[in-house]
Order: sequence, then C-alpha cells, then structure tokens
Amino acid sequence: MWRRYYRVPTMWRELERMQREMNRWFEAYSPERLHRAPGYPALNVWSNEEGLVVTAEVPGVKPEDIDINVIGQTLTLSGERRPDRPSDGVRYHRQERFFGKFTRSLELPFPVNVDKVEATFVNGVLNISLPRAEEDKPKKITVKSAA
Amino acid sequence: MSDQESTLEAHKEEITSMEDTERTRECPCFIPRADIYELEDRMVIVADVPGADEHSIDVTLEKNVLTINAYVDPPLKEGYTLAYAEYEVGDYQRSFRLSEEIDRQRIEAQVKDGVLRLFLPKAAEARQRKINVKAG
Repeated sequence: MWRRYYRVPTMWRELERMQREMNRWFEAYSPERLHRAPGYPALNVWSNEEGLVVTAEVPGVKPEDIDINVIGQTLTLSGERRPDRPSDGVRYHRQERFFGKFTRSLELPFPVNVDKVEATFVNGVLNISLPRAEEDKPKKITVKSAA
Repeated sequence: MSDQESTLEAHKEEITSMEDTERTRECPCFIPRADIYELEDRMVIVADVPGADEHSIDVTLEKNVLTINAYVDPPLKEGYTLAYAEYEVGDYQRSFRLSEEIDRQRIEAQVKDGVLRLFLPKAAEARQRKINVKAG
C-alpha cells in the first residue's frame, strides 16, 4: 500500500517537469520575445550554466570570410558576403539578396574560456560555442556535518 | 563601413497566409530572398535558405510554376535555453512562374552553404526565335 502513495508524487514531479519543458519550448519560440536585430546578422543566444552558444544565419558566406573574436567579455563577429560574379552580359530580373561587410558585437554575460571557443558552419548557419570560464562557474558547496 | 552594413538585411519576411491554405507544420514559414538573373543560354534563380540541405529541399515544377520548399526544423539545443533571440527558424516557400522558353527537362538545382541555385536552361528553339531588329 505504501508503494501507491510513494508513486503519486513521482508522477506529479514528472508532469511538472514536462510542463516546465513545454513552457521553455513555447517561451523560446514565442514571437513576443523576438528582438529586432540592430545589424546583420541576427543573433540567437542559447545559454546554460556551462556556457553559451551563439547562432547566426549567414547563407552564402564562406567560412574563411568569417572572423570571430572574443576580447574581454565582448564577442565580435565580422565577415563579408560576396556577390556571385556571373559573366558579362548578365541581366538581373530581381535582386533581393544583399552583399557587403558586416560586424556584430555582443556583450557576454560572463567571462569565457577563450581557448575553448569553437565554431561550426553548416548549411549557412554559424554556431559559436563559448564555454564559461572555469573560475566563473557557480560553485557547489558541500554541506558537512558538524560532527 | 556603415554604408556597407546597411545593404545587409537581418530581417526575414514571414509568410502570413498562403492563398487560403493552412500549413500543417507548426513552425514559421519564410519567403526566401532571391536573385534572378538571365544569361545568354539560361536563367539562374539564387535563394537564401539557411539551415536547409539537399535532403530538406523540394523543388517542384507544375505546369509553369516552379516551387521551392525547404524544411528546416527549429533547433532545440539539449540542455540549453534560448536566452535571447533576434531571429526565428522555420521553413521556406516560394513560387516562380516560368516563361515558355525554359527547357523543363534540363532544370538543375544545387545547394551550398544555405544558398539554393536553380539553373534553368533556355530551350534551343527559344534561343533561335529571337529576332534581331535592324535599323531601317
């Protein structure tokens, strides 16, 4: 019989966990939370206690044309999107894609381990992973018994 | 620098309604920015579809209408929360009406670094049909 009472709170906990997870999901994608990008490219920032992941959509930019710098607590992303260079005699019917140099800076909420900053570029999407500096990570304090 | 920066647009245009049809996928859908240019022997459509690859892009031709569909699932990074967002991730859809002179059998598509390129060769007879106007 005790077993039944024991299981109920576990189930509630599980439901609460699911609820939190769903809220997190909705919050993450609700348009109210969308900020207007002050420049190109638009940035999204994912975070947890261990660090940040900054993502940006930069289609058509070559990886070698992207520069990522971390100075102090500022991340700077710069680069250039180069135009297609079709042969002479080309006639444009429509031109909506833009080209040129870009720079974005972002103030980081905590110091990062610069040596461990990594970036990947897949299908025009840039992912910059910025691990939090070891000395800045929240410390877990073990409670010792006084005995 | 500032004048160069102003040519790049960070904002994505979202499709609000698609001719009374509703979408079955629960993520936003965007109109990809596109360039269309014409060369002697072909037309080229270039569209920005960041996040899509060769497996997630459908290009269909129905009658005269060429439709691009790119499916991009919004990422959910395990163990992370989205702390700050300036852009949304979703699908792309756009249609173009082709002129009669395109050789439908030889259309080719290629995607690289989130940019889709469609090569639309002109039919041989269409190229011949062009009549030079001489000054009288």
